[in-house]
Amino acid sequence: MTDLASSWANAGAVLTVHRWVTVIGSLLLACMVVLMLCLQFGATSVGVETVATAIAHMVRGIEADSTSLGTSEIIMVQIRFPRVLMGFLVGASLAAVGVTLQALLRNPLADPYVLGVSSGSALGVSVGILFGIGSTLMLLPMLPLFGFGGGLLALLLIYRLAQSKGRLPIHSLLLAGVILNAILTAFIMFITSIMEPNRSAGLMAWLMGSLTAPNYPALGIFLLYVVFVLVILMHKAQSLNMLTLGEETARSLGVETEGIKKQLFALTALLTGAIVSVSGMIGFVGMVVPHAVRLVIGSDHRLLLPASALVGGMFLAVADTIARTIMAPAEIPVGIVTALTGGPFFLYLLLWRKDRML
Amino acid sequence: MQSWLPVGGPAIEVEGLSFRYGTTEGRERMWTLDHLSFYVDAGEILGVVGPNGSGKSSLLKVLSSFLPAGEGEVRLGGLSLGKRSQADIARLVAVVPQEYTQVFPFTVAETVLMGRFPHRTARWWSIGIGDETVNDLDCAHQSMIDTDVLPLADRLVSDLSGGERQRVMIARALAQEPKILLLDEPTVFLDLQHQIEICSIVRRLKEERGLTVVLVSHDLNLASQYCDRILLLKAGALFRLGTPHEVIGVDTLRAVYGCDVLIDRHPESGVPRVTMPSYVSTTNVRDHM
Repeated sequence: MTDLASSWANAGAVLTVHRWVTVIGSLLLACMVVLMLCLQFGATSVGVETVATAIAHMVRGIEADSTSLGTSEIIMVQIRFPRVLMGFLVGASLAAVGVTLQALLRNPLADPYVLGVSSGSALGVSVGILFGIGSTLMLLPMLPLFGFGGGLLALLLIYRLAQSKGRLPIHSLLLAGVILNAILTAFIMFITSIMEPNRSAGLMAWLMGSLTAPNYPALGIFLLYVVFVLVILMHKAQSLNMLTLGEETARSLGVETEGIKKQLFALTALLTGAIVSVSGMIGFVGMVVPHAVRLVIGSDHRLLLPASALVGGMFLAVADTIARTIMAPAEIPVGIVTALTGGPFFLYLLLWRKDRML
Repeated sequence: MQSWLPVGGPAIEVEGLSFRYGTTEGRERMWTLDHLSFYVDAGEILGVVGPNGSGKSSLLKVLSSFLPAGEGEVRLGGLSLGKRSQADIARLVAVVPQEYTQVFPFTVAETVLMGRFPHRTARWWSIGIGDETVNDLDCAHQSMIDTDVLPLADRLVSDLSGGERQRVMIARALAQEPKILLLDEPTVFLDLQHQIEICSIVRRLKEERGLTVVLVSHDLNLASQYCDRILLLKAGALFRLGTPHEVIGVDTLRAVYGCDVLIDRHPESGVPRVTMPSYVSTTNVRDHM
C-alpha cells in the first residue's frame, strides 16, 4: 500500500505535507530576499548593512531617534520599512481575494478590481471619510468596515448576476463588472465633488492606488485584518476546491455550500474593505498572480491560496519599489504600475487564450 | 443485507413527494413533481424516463438533496433526508451530473480524489494538508481501474473527450464509496461505443459492488435494456412503474408522449425495443392528445 501512496505522491496527484512545505518554504525564502532588495532601493538607495542595522534596531525595540541612528536608518525605520511591509501585505491580500473570488464565481479571470468589488469598498470608505471617520486614531479601525459594507453589496450584486445560469460566461461577467464600476465611480465622483477641494484632492490620490507613508498603527490594524481573514480562508481551502466544480457537485460531495458561500462573501468583502481603506484601488494583482501561480503548481487551493498570497506580496512590493524609484524623487501611484503590467496580461488571456477559460 | 439498511428494507423510499420551483406567494406554480411514491430496492437499477419537462432531472436533484422536498419525504436506508447532514448524504449517494464543465486545471487523479472529501475527518486545527489517507488513495485507485481511467491520471480533465470525462465523473462518484449512484443522462452526448461502455460499467458496478442505481434517460431502449425496473413520469406524476415489459407498450407510450411508436423484441435479450415509425402523421398525434 505504501507503494501505491508513493506512486500517487510522485505523480503529484496528492498534496503531501512534504510538497506543501517545500513550495511554501521556498516562496518564503524568496519573499525575504525580495523584501530585502525592495528595502534598499528608493529616492536614496542604501546598502544591505543599513537595512540590517535598522532591522536590528527595530527588533531590539529601540526608539528611532536621531541620537542613536543616522539619517538613512531613520528613513528605513520610519518610512521605507512600513511601506514595503504594507505593499507586501496588500499584494498578498489582493491575491488571496482574487483566488477566492475565482473559485466562488467559477471564473479564473475574476478580480476584485475588474468586477467592481473594490469600487464598492472605495465608495464605502469615501462615505466614511466624508463623515470624518478615520480622521482620528480611535476611529481608524472603523474605516475598513465601511469598505466591507460597500464591497459586500457590490459582491452580492455581481454574484446574483453570475448565478443566474449557473455560471456566467466571462464576457458577460466582465460587462457586468464594467457597468457596476461605472455606476459606483459616479457615486464616488459625486462625493469628491461635494467635499472641500483640499480633502477631495487627497481622496483622489488615494483612489488611484498608492501606498504612501503608512504609519505603524495603520499597519498593525491592517495586519490583524489580513491574518484573521487568511487563516479562515486557509481552513476553507478544500471547500474552495469543491466549489470550483459547481455548486451542485460541491453539495453532492458533502459541502454545506450555502453556509460556506456566505462565509466566503463576508471574508472577501472584509479583506477587500481593509485593502481599499489602506491603499485605494490597486488593480489586476488579484487576477494576474493567481493565474500565473495556477499554471505552475495547479489548482489545489490548499497550496494555491498561500502560494498566491506570497507571490502577490512579492509582486506588489516590487511594483511599489518601481513606483517609488522610476521618477525619483517624485513618486507615481502603484496602481499605475500594476495596471500597466496586469492590464496587458489580462488582454492577452482574454484575446488569445479564450479556449482555456470560456 | 447491507449494514446501512434496516433488514430487508428498500434503499430509497419516496413517499408523497411533491416539489415545485419558486414558491412565490399568490402565483401558484405547477408542481414539477406531483405526489410521487415509490421505492428502489438495494442493488436495483431503476430507470427514470418521460418526456421533456416531466420532472426527471428534478427528481434526481431532490434525491441527492440539492433541491428540498416541498411535500412528502425521501428516506435513504430508512432515515429521512432531512435528518441527515450533507456529508452523511454524500457518503451514501453519489451523483454523476449530465454536463460537466471543468474551468480550473485539475488533473484526473485530483478530481477522483475529491470524491474522498465526505470521508475526511476534519479536525479544527487542520488546514487539510496531507489529509489523504492510504485508504483514500487505495479507493480512488480502485475506482479509476473500475472505470478504466487510470492511464489518464495526470491529464487535465478539461482536455479529455466526452466519453473519457464521463468515466472520470463515474470514477469520482465511486471514490465516494456510495451505496446509491444517481446518473443524469449518462450517455446523452456520447457516440455508440461510449454509450455501450458507460452502460456496461454501470451494470458491472451493480453486480460487483451491489450498488443501487437511479438512472435518468431519454433513451427508452437504453432504459429497457439496462434497467431492472422503469419509472415513467408524465407531468411530474408517476404514470407507470414496473419491469420494461410492463412499462414499455404502445398504448402507454402514446398516452405519455402523444405519438405512436413501433415496439418489438430485442433480438438478444427479448426486452421491448422502441422504434420510430417511418412516417408520423400529425393528425394522428392530435387525436390521441
